[in-house]
Amino acid sequence: MTIKLNINGQDHELDADPQMPLLWAIREKAGLTGTKFGCGIAQCGACTVIIDGNAVRSCNMPVSAAAGKAIRTIEGVSENNDHPVQLAWQDLTVPQCGYCQSGQIMSAVALLERNPKPSDNEIDQAMAGNICRCGTYPRIRAAIHKAAELG
Amino acid sequence: MTKTFTRRNFLKISASAAGGLMIGFPMAARAQGAAGADAAGAAGAEINAWLTIDANNIVSIVTPQSELGQGAFTAVPMMLAEELDVPWESVRHVFADANRHVNNDNLYVSTSTGGSTTVSRRHPYIMQAGASARERLRHAAAARWGVPVEDVVAKQGTLTAGSNSGTYGEFAADAAGITLETEPAIKAYGDWWLLGTEVKRLDVAAKTNGSAMYPIDVTVDGMVHAAVKACPVPGGRLVSFDFEAIKGMPGVIAAVKLTQTKDVPAFTDMRDSVAVVAESWYQANNALASLPIEWDLGRGASISYESQTAEALSLLGKPGTVLKDEEGNLGNKRDKGVNQDEVPGLIESSSKVVTGEVFSRPYEAHATMMAPAAVADVKDDRVDIWTFTQDIGRSLTEVADQLGRDTANVYLHQTYMGGGFGGGYNMFIHRQAAAISAEVGKPVKLILSREEDIAQDSMRPPVWSTYKAGLGDDGLPVALLTHVVGEEKQPGFSLSYVADMPYKVPNRRHESSQVQSHMPIGYHRAPGANANGFFVEQMVDELAQAGGWDPLEWRLKMTEGLEPYQRVLKAMKEKSGWTTDLGNGEGMGCAIVESHGTIAGCVATVTVSRRGQIFVDKLQYFMNSGYTINPLNAREQAESSAIWEMGYAFFGGLDIRAGRVVNTNFDSYSIIRLPDTPLDIEVHQENSEDQWWGGLGEPAGPPTPPAIANAIFYATGSRIRSTPFSKAAV
Repeated sequence: MTIKLNINGQDHELDADPQMPLLWAIREKAGLTGTKFGCGIAQCGACTVIIDGNAVRSCNMPVSAAAGKAIRTIEGVSENNDHPVQLAWQDLTVPQCGYCQSGQIMSAVALLERNPKPSDNEIDQAMAGNICRCGTYPRIRAAIHKAAELG
Repeated sequence: MTKTFTRRNFLKISASAAGGLMIGFPMAARAQGAAGADAAGAAGAEINAWLTIDANNIVSIVTPQSELGQGAFTAVPMMLAEELDVPWESVRHVFADANRHVNNDNLYVSTSTGGSTTVSRRHPYIMQAGASARERLRHAAAARWGVPVEDVVAKQGTLTAGSNSGTYGEFAADAAGITLETEPAIKAYGDWWLLGTEVKRLDVAAKTNGSAMYPIDVTVDGMVHAAVKACPVPGGRLVSFDFEAIKGMPGVIAAVKLTQTKDVPAFTDMRDSVAVVAESWYQANNALASLPIEWDLGRGASISYESQTAEALSLLGKPGTVLKDEEGNLGNKRDKGVNQDEVPGLIESSSKVVTGEVFSRPYEAHATMMAPAAVADVKDDRVDIWTFTQDIGRSLTEVADQLGRDTANVYLHQTYMGGGFGGGYNMFIHRQAAAISAEVGKPVKLILSREEDIAQDSMRPPVWSTYKAGLGDDGLPVALLTHVVGEEKQPGFSLSYVADMPYKVPNRRHESSQVQSHMPIGYHRAPGANANGFFVEQMVDELAQAGGWDPLEWRLKMTEGLEPYQRVLKAMKEKSGWTTDLGNGEGMGCAIVESHGTIAGCVATVTVSRRGQIFVDKLQYFMNSGYTINPLNAREQAESSAIWEMGYAFFGGLDIRAGRVVNTNFDSYSIIRLPDTPLDIEVHQENSEDQWWGGLGEPAGPPTPPAIANAIFYATGSRIRSTPFSKAAV
C-alpha cells in the first residue's frame, strides 16, 4: 500500500505494510536514523517524534495512522543544532551515551512549545516516558529550565 | 620514512571544545556501501600511531577505548594533548583502527574498555605517546633551523627558537621521520595545564541532533535485515524449526541456525538460536514471531530465582568455604596473618553477639538504551563488521576465529555505543551477524528486539549474605564472620569488597558458597562491589548501632590510619549536615565503598511518608580517586553511576522462572525514570593527590543503595535487606 508521509516538511511516498510502525518508515524508508528503536512497546521513549504538537512514540504507531500528518523528528528540530533545547543540552553536557537523547529532546521540545516555563513537576510529567540508562535526568531537568530561559 | 595519507577506516566524529558543531561525519559516507568507500578520516602527517597533524595544525587523536557515554573519547585526547601541548580547540577525535591494532602486535597496547581503567591504568603510555611526538617535533624544528634542540620551545601548537617560529603542522611530516635516542619522561602528577580542568566531552554536540551513529544506524548497499531468537533457557539446544511455515510471509528470505559451541553458555559464545532474514527488520521480526521452533530446554529449565534463593538460604545455614591465602590466613590485602579458625570461638566469648539477617541482591540486566545491533558483510576476501563492543581488538579476533579468516582481512568498525555498563564485554552479536552474513552471502544488519536483548544478556549475578559478630566492651567488633552465597560460574564476584572491606576488625573469617545456575553472567558496572557494598555497609550500620556508635563515627574509628578513607569520611561528617536524628519521617544514612581504586562515600537523605512512600530528597557524594583529570566528567560519571544504582535499589530485579527471564521489556523490568530521581545530587571531589589514580565510571554506584537503606532505617526503624525495595519485606 502506498502511504504519504510528511516528515520535517518533506513529502515521502512509500510502499509499506500499513501496520508497520512509523519508526521503521522514518528510519528505513526515509533514512532518518536520529530517531531510535529502544523497546518497541512505547515504554522507553527513544523513538519519540512530534506529530501535531504532541510527543508521540513512533515504535508502536502504525505508519498508516501518521499519513498526511506533519511529523517532526530530531533532524527537523533545527538546521544548525542550535534550537534552544539543543543549545541547553550542549551547555549542560546532557548526553552521555546519547542513544536516548533524540527522544528526550523531542519530548522537551514538545513540552516547551505548549508550556514555555514548566515547573519541576511539569517537567517530571512530560519526561516520565523517556528512559535514560546513563542517568542524565538531573541534567535533563536543568537543561529544560535553561532552554526555557533561552526561549 | 615520512607518511602523509588519508587514513581509511578512521572516522572523524568530533566537535569543537566550545560545544560547537560537528566538523564532519564520514559515517554517512558508509551509506554508499563498500567499506572501501569510507575514505574520509584524519588527513595529515602521522607522527606516531596515536596522532596526525594536518597543514592547518588540526590534531587528530586516536582513541583505542570505546565510547559508551563515559567520556573515553575526550579523556584519551586530553591526556595526549597535555603532553603534546596543543590548543584544545585544535584537537579532533578519531576511532582507532581495530585491524591495524590487531595486526601490528597490539599497536595501542590494549583496546579493552572497562573496570574504569581508561585514565587510571592507561595514562602512562598515552601521555608518553604525546610527549614523544612533542619531542620529535622539537628535533625536526632544530634540524630545519640549525639550532640546538634545547633552544626549541614547543607550546600550544607552535615551535619557537629565537626569531624562528612555526606551527606543529609545518613540522609534522619531518617529525614522523625522526627516531629519538631516548624517550622523554612524562610530566609529574599534577604538573598540568589541561588535565585537571573542566573540559566538555567532544561528542556532546553530535548527540543533540541525531547525527551520532550507533550500530543500528549503519547501512551497507545490498543489506538485508535479521532478527534472532535464542533458546529462552540459556544452555538449551535447538531441536528444529519449520521454515516452510513462514516462507511465504512478506519479505522473508531465509532462516539461519546459530549454534552454541561450548557445553554451557560461555563468555561471548553464541547460544543456540534461529535468525530470520528478510528485506526489512519489521518483516524479519514478524516472521520470527510466527516461526514454529522446538527447543530442548536443558537442565536450566528446573532453576528459578525462587529455587536459587531457597538453596542459598540453606547454604547460609551451613559453614561455607573459608577464604584463605597460601599460608592459610585471610587472603586479603589488609589483614595478613589473621587466624580465621579462632573467629567463631571469639565471637561466642565476646561481651555481645550480633547476628545478621540475610541480605540479597537479584539478577540484573544491562538493558542499554541501545537496542543491540551489528552489521556484517562477509565476503570471500574480506570481512567487515560494524558493532558495539568494549574491546574492538578482541571482538575482531573472535570474528576471524569463528569464520576461519586471517585477521589481516577482518575489519571491525566502531560506532558510538548506546551504553555499555560492562555488557559490551560479553556480547556475541558480532558473531551472530557474521554467521548470518556468511550463510546468506549478503551484508546483514541484525537487531535484537528488547525482549531478546534482555533474554540473551549476561546478567549481573545475585548474592545472598549474612554475618555474625562479637563486640568488645567498647562496642566495637572483636571478631567477625561473614558468609556470602554467589552463583557457581563466577564465585569471585561474590567476594569482592567483603574480604577487602577497610574496617580493622582484629579477627575476621570470610566464607562463601555457590548456588547452582545456568544463567550466563558478566561484568556489570562495579561488579561485586555493587551487590556486596549493599551487604557490608548495612552490616556496619547494624554493628555500630548494636555497639552504641554513630555509624559515621564508627567508620572513622574503624578506618583509622587509612588516609584515603579518612579524608572522605571527614568530608562526609563536615559537609553533609550529618545527623541520625532528623525526625518527622526523615533520615540520613551513609555508606562508603571502594571500587576501581576510588573511594566513594554517599550520604542519603530520605523522607518516608506515613503510607510508606519513600522519597530520596538528596544524595551527596564524596569521591577520592587520587587525581581527577576532568572534574566535569568526573561529576557526570558520579551522577550517572549513582542513578544507575539508585535505580536498582527501587526498581529492576530480574525474575527467573523455569530457567528463563520473565521480565524482558520495560513494562515488566522497570527502570528508574526522571520523576524518581532526586532534585539534589551533589558531588564533592576529595582527592588525596598523592600519586595514585582511581577510576570514575563506576564507584559512586555501590554506596548508593546501602546509604539509602540506612537512611530509611533512621527514618522508620525498619531495615530493607533486599532490592528492589518495592518487593522487599520490611
